[in-house]
Amino acid sequence: MKNWPLWEVFIRSKNGLEHRHCGSLHASDATMALENARDVYTRRMEGVSIWVVPSAQITASNPDDSAELFEPAKDKVYRHPTFYELPDELKHM
Amino acid sequence: MKDNLVQYIFGIADNSLILGQRIGELCGHGPSLETDIAMTNISLDLLGQVRSYYQYVAKLVGNEATEDTIAFLRKEREYKNVLLVEQPNQDFAYSISRQFLFDIFHLLLLEQLQNSSDDTISAIAKKSIKEVSYHTRFSSDWIRRLGDGTEESHNRIQEAINHLWAFTDELFHQTHADITMVADGIGVDVTKLKDSFYKKVNAILLESTLNTPELHYFQKGGKQGVHSEHMGYLLADLQYMQRTYPNMNW
Repeated sequence: MKNWPLWEVFIRSKNGLEHRHCGSLHASDATMALENARDVYTRRMEGVSIWVVPSAQITASNPDDSAELFEPAKDKVYRHPTFYELPDELKHM
Repeated sequence: MKDNLVQYIFGIADNSLILGQRIGELCGHGPSLETDIAMTNISLDLLGQVRSYYQYVAKLVGNEATEDTIAFLRKEREYKNVLLVEQPNQDFAYSISRQFLFDIFHLLLLEQLQNSSDDTISAIAKKSIKEVSYHTRFSSDWIRRLGDGTEESHNRIQEAINHLWAFTDELFHQTHADITMVADGIGVDVTKLKDSFYKKVNAILLESTLNTPELHYFQKGGKQGVHSEHMGYLLADLQYMQRTYPNMNW
């Protein structure tokens, strides 16, 4: 059980929304990962759909590179689409 | 009529209460966090179903009866659950095998019970089917995984199935109340579920590379209120708070 691989869990809270990362868990295979995700992360009606992905399959950015990756965006407010009027019907932007 | 109906409901609901209590013992002791939560979820599903049944019984019985007095204040002989569900947890193989055997039966029962001519019972059955379908999937998957897993997991799950097999036949026995309720269109004739039960169980055991035990003598008694030696300890745990602090609330 200690050797079970780690899985990342993504839950879609409502139809029409995107899946969001909500946590991780251990499971021996994909079927068990789905069942475990259902039991651990959707007990309080959090979701209508689940994705599980082996954590090992995720390529992550290196925290040491944060300065060059992310800081250059800090002073470029003009990239935020804050100058548009959004219609009221548009939720979840 | 009313007494038979109450006894009939006990025959169904007490299974879920006692199994729910048994699985509840594992809360915080599951083999992994994920399995622990999964088993506890199942326990809560069962206790939720029990509440609906007992609330109905309380209404039928009247007087001072409530779901709590029915759950906590009966004597051992007044509980009508089958022997299978009161068997101790031992290890995960036993817990999951007990769950598997009960789930297959439970789902078959509910599928028929939703056609009951009693509206309340039919409604409880309809609501419970979704929960029990998941229980069945969960426990069947574990049987496959452990049966077709390592040599040790295979041997241990086979041992548990062999041990619990003696308690399967009782699931299909009828009490006097059962027979009366079947005649009234309220109850399910469990004798008719027997073939499908063994067929389904055998198919999954075969898939899991496990043997179906061959047995000629089976245990029985729970349905009549004659329980195994484990039941007293279980009830002591279950009833302790209400017996020690009568009418307590929290």
